[in-house]
Amino acid sequence: MTATEAGVETLTFAEAVRAALTEAMEADERVFVLGEDIGVYGGAFGVTTGMLDRFGAERIRDTPIAEEAIVGAAVGAALCGMRPVAEMQFSDFTAHAMDQLVNQAAKVWFMLGGAVSVPMVVRLPFGSGTGAAAQHSQSQEAWYAHTPGLKVVMPSNPADAKGLLHAAILDPNPVVFMEHKLLYRTAWGPVPTGSDPIPLGVAAVPREGGDLTIVATGIMVSRALTAAEELAGAGIEATVVDPRTLKPLDEATILERVRATGRVLLVQEAPRSGGFMAEIAARISESDTVYYLEAPVRRLSGLDAPIPYNPDLEKASVPQVPDIVRAARELAEAG
Amino acid sequence: MGSLAGSADDARRVLATMWTIRRFEEAVDEMFARGLLYGTMHLSIGQEASATGACLALRDDDVITSTHRGHGHCIAKGADLGRMMAELLARDSGYCRGRGGSMHIADVSKGNLGANGIVAGGIPIAVGAGLALKLQGTDRVALSFFGDGATSEGAFHESVNLAAIWDLPVVFVCENNHYGMSMSVEEVSRLERVADRAAGYGIPGVTVDGNDVQAVHDAATEAVATARAGRGPTLIEAITYRWKGHSKSDQNLYRTREEIESWRERDPIDRFEQAVLEAKTLDEDDIKQARDQARDAVRDAVRTGQSGPPPSTDLLGAVYAPSEVDALTVASLGPPAEAGAPTAAGGSGPVAAAAGARGEAEAP
Repeated sequence: MTATEAGVETLTFAEAVRAALTEAMEADERVFVLGEDIGVYGGAFGVTTGMLDRFGAERIRDTPIAEEAIVGAAVGAALCGMRPVAEMQFSDFTAHAMDQLVNQAAKVWFMLGGAVSVPMVVRLPFGSGTGAAAQHSQSQEAWYAHTPGLKVVMPSNPADAKGLLHAAILDPNPVVFMEHKLLYRTAWGPVPTGSDPIPLGVAAVPREGGDLTIVATGIMVSRALTAAEELAGAGIEATVVDPRTLKPLDEATILERVRATGRVLLVQEAPRSGGFMAEIAARISESDTVYYLEAPVRRLSGLDAPIPYNPDLEKASVPQVPDIVRAARELAEAG
Repeated sequence: MGSLAGSADDARRVLATMWTIRRFEEAVDEMFARGLLYGTMHLSIGQEASATGACLALRDDDVITSTHRGHGHCIAKGADLGRMMAELLARDSGYCRGRGGSMHIADVSKGNLGANGIVAGGIPIAVGAGLALKLQGTDRVALSFFGDGATSEGAFHESVNLAAIWDLPVVFVCENNHYGMSMSVEEVSRLERVADRAAGYGIPGVTVDGNDVQAVHDAATEAVATARAGRGPTLIEAITYRWKGHSKSDQNLYRTREEIESWRERDPIDRFEQAVLEAKTLDEDDIKQARDQARDAVRDAVRTGQSGPPPSTDLLGAVYAPSEVDALTVASLGPPAEAGAPTAAGGSGPVAAAAGARGEAEAP
């Protein structure tokens, strides 16, 4: 079924992820899911709800609390012909599994001379806004994007979550698939009923405007779109670019939109220092796109601080819609 | 379980493997000393019996994970010596196309999922391999080699436990050579034996004389049979000793000359030769022939390695598998290797075909 033939259904972000997992498992018996509390419990965020009944405990595989073994088992299973999808209950817990992710999965294809690939996906519920404090709220995409051999995907809406997860499962490389926890239930929208993958490395441009370009990732995309509506009321038209995948990165689309508007605001939830938006800023500044800029590149990031528990402080730690509106207005008026 | 020394065929195989490992390691040591090799090396001289005895208990279609001290495992699992040496010499014809070196040699066509530069790094991978082999409905087995040092890593604990609760077809082989680099195994654990840890996971644990190839083979054969029958993993501790330092930087400050000498007297190859002579299955000439053949094979490998082309400089093009790579895995071997194992050098099996496809994918 192609996209044009496919119907459309309205799904939440969590339902869209589940739809992709379900379709992939139905289409390919090599695909299985492993992680903590993904069976009867349905996963900490309910993503795998009902899948145990459908596929059984062999393919919806509850594990001990052992992240290194979970990711390592995925690596070994991938090497032996399976297509595992590992769930880290929280992105933060990947710290336990970094050896298998960074030293093993990411390097096998290169280090072994292309003898064997590691087709696996690690799903990472990430981000702040749930009151879970510093060890359950991080946005660590820069860690993964900084590791050659990993692909890094960060969908911002249900349709992209489904299509990109299909592509991630089909990909012969290890893919880190980052799902913002706040999106699971709050993001809902039209999703194609087919199993068409959305190619990795192709940015989306969900809004066009001539005054400035906002490049945003994850939940910052919807905040940027909300901000853009508000800005439009004030006569400022913003283009919004959603890279969708950080590795591979659709640099061409980003640079093209920045050139077209001459002003760029980069928005991420992750802390500022060494964040992925610093990479995009660098790509802009080291290309001839820099000559098109009418104002300096502007960045909005999370604070260089752990995520706090207090709800007001938590909110203040990462960019919110008013922050984006304010920064965009200043940028539009600058230069 | 039959006596390896009591069967001429087995005795020849064991001698050939152990002598090939010994001669290979000696050649590497010498080439390193002469400045012909780059990087670092971890030699397994003195530990030949554990690699040989354990791998001899496996079928060709079983898989292993190995360690930084992995040349012996690689050879025992049937690797091509020329491609191994080419890798150490950083050539394109090496197993890793010159990108991995000593610590990353793998031969998936022989079921060797790779040496590993991270202590305990291969253990979770073996568990995942075992999971795959089980999910695929095969009776294939995954065997993981690791050292005593690895048993202090969290990865060891998580992995053995996972294999235990899922009854996975995995055999854990701890080559206890007494030292994790310089740290004595006695100082890192309150347990007398590494195998005692098995009780903590509810699986069988057995300690064997790792310099006795027969003892290793017997224990591995039983563990493999248990795994193959779906009865879960076993932890085998093979007590052995590395004659050489940990790596090239080792000055042996943590052990005495006398201790090293006492273990040289427990040479696993010498012991097996004595057993063979006592069993009268082979004579001195046969043994000499095994040694000479190993020496010649290693010499050939050095020549083959040295004649290999330099590696591709397209590093960025080598980071990600192209999307058409799908079946390029051990599973693509299909039926057990006895049914016609594709060789590393060529052949018509699916791996060879995949290797061809890979070449095309990487062509400019």
